[in-house]
Amino acid sequence: MQSVLGDKKALAILLGPALLVYTLVMLVPIIWSMGYTFFSGNAISGFTFVGTDNLTRLFTDPEVRTALSFTIRYAVVITVGQILMGYLLSLMYVFILKKSSNVIRTLVFFPVVLPTVAVALLFQKMFEIAPQNGLVNSLLNGVGVESVDWFGSASSAFWVIVLMDIWRSMGFYAVLLYAGLVDIPEDMLESARLDGATGWRLIKNIVLPLSLPVLLSSIIFSINGTLKVFDSIVALTNGGPGSSTTPLTLYMFRTSFTFGDYGYGSSIALLLTLLCLIVTIFIFRSSRRDLTKD
Amino acid sequence: MSTQVPATKAPLEAMQRQEPRRSRSRAGRRWAKLPVHLLIALLLVVELYPLLWLVLGSFKTQQEFLNDPVWSLPGSLNFDNYIEAWTTGNIAVFVANSLMATLPSLALIIILGVAAGFALEVMVWKGRNGVLLIFLTGIMVPGQMILLPLFSAYFNTGLTGTLWPLIITYTATGLPLTVFMMATYFRAVPREVFEASTLDGASIIRSFISVGFPMVRNAVFTVALVQFFFIWNDLLIALTFANNSDLSTIQVGLLNFTGQFGAVQYGPLFAAICINVFGTLAIYLFLNQRVMKGLAAGSVKG
Repeated sequence: MQSVLGDKKALAILLGPALLVYTLVMLVPIIWSMGYTFFSGNAISGFTFVGTDNLTRLFTDPEVRTALSFTIRYAVVITVGQILMGYLLSLMYVFILKKSSNVIRTLVFFPVVLPTVAVALLFQKMFEIAPQNGLVNSLLNGVGVESVDWFGSASSAFWVIVLMDIWRSMGFYAVLLYAGLVDIPEDMLESARLDGATGWRLIKNIVLPLSLPVLLSSIIFSINGTLKVFDSIVALTNGGPGSSTTPLTLYMFRTSFTFGDYGYGSSIALLLTLLCLIVTIFIFRSSRRDLTKD
Repeated sequence: MSTQVPATKAPLEAMQRQEPRRSRSRAGRRWAKLPVHLLIALLLVVELYPLLWLVLGSFKTQQEFLNDPVWSLPGSLNFDNYIEAWTTGNIAVFVANSLMATLPSLALIIILGVAAGFALEVMVWKGRNGVLLIFLTGIMVPGQMILLPLFSAYFNTGLTGTLWPLIITYTATGLPLTVFMMATYFRAVPREVFEASTLDGASIIRSFISVGFPMVRNAVFTVALVQFFFIWNDLLIALTFANNSDLSTIQVGLLNFTGQFGAVQYGPLFAAICINVFGTLAIYLFLNQRVMKGLAAGSVKG
């Protein structure tokens, strides 16, 4: 029995191809990309060794500082926004709509599967000012407010991105958190209600602590995803105005393919990867500690 | 009711105590429900009106865009915008490219990923946890970390200018999540099933093909759906390896569409966005419960 389940030849046939493709196309390039950080140039022009110049440049480059601060700001705001909206929606599904929440849940989830590029172009047209007012500015004009050039300033462009990404993703987090909420035993809620806990107090004292694990894992998924934001920003603002809404991912892409500097591009990619790694480990650690304390 | 045993008396009393309060506030309860209904209505408007506006826009003529208010309805249901986007706007080519890149990648991901998930979960060997962990790290690493070496490799092997770079890259980046999800699904299959088939004399590969795979058929379909959405909606990899108009996928093509004539030609742009949306809409219409479950299970990808 054990010899059959541990058959080496069968293992090579079943696991081998996947492991080979994964190693050649992901693991080797990761190491290779780290090697690039010591060079300048690109695949077409050839490479020259520059030592640690690229890595020291990371610390002095003002563009890196802007991109890093935008990336973190974006990740924090979107994570808070989509988890908060998702949690409110999931509370509504469980406590207000109850059994009939299925249709609403399905409808609110729908934007999640839409191509980001399509959604971004739609929002671009909705918030347009020139050559023609879009939906939002027309509504503003309707109530007597002047049109706003949404993509003209860094802060308004940022909030349009935030609005779009929360609109897109809140249904997803609602479903994720909903799965955690329906797992709370009904008799536990019932006994809390009999003890007089209703509304806000029921949520704060019973529901929130019990859904903490699923909230924490949602936060990890959200941060991990938002740090890598690329599609929605490329399609909505393309990093503008100026470079005020350029995240690290886009700055890396520009450095590598517009300016043909693979070495520096790889250095930025490495910075991004380390950021994802540190945040994931940090949150994992702190969530573990909290769980053992209880 | 009259035959209630004493043990259930307490809840009964509680009900009776509540009864008068309830009837007194029946009219009030309808009013209390009003904010909830308003909230749900608002939610639906916020979620669905932008999409409705998009579809209506795809039928409007350029004159209607310029002269009528933005919320006006199109004068007629004409498909000129769609025809223009499909032919002049090259959307037909982009959709074909997307299909030619997505379908082979999906097939490879499923074949390789399901077999690997089986080997990692059902088979017994040293080091399988380590290998699973190696696959898991692939979920976290951002795509930017592998783009440049792959670009060099594809350039040096002469694959640049074909759809192969897309197929290869999608397959590799799709594997970690697929392996992880499949290992989870195989965990739910009772061990005895494979032990029984082994006792009947089946080799482990035979067990995989005729017992393991059919048992997780549903899960395989769910994983394929999830991967379809990730690949079909991808922009980063497509933008890197297929950034010329002959190879563009629908996402890259649509992005360049705005640059070409979308800034002034509203109708065709709206139609092009609609075409892009319809594909996923059609799938979601029929398989929404499965899609929701699958994407939630794949949420580790963020």
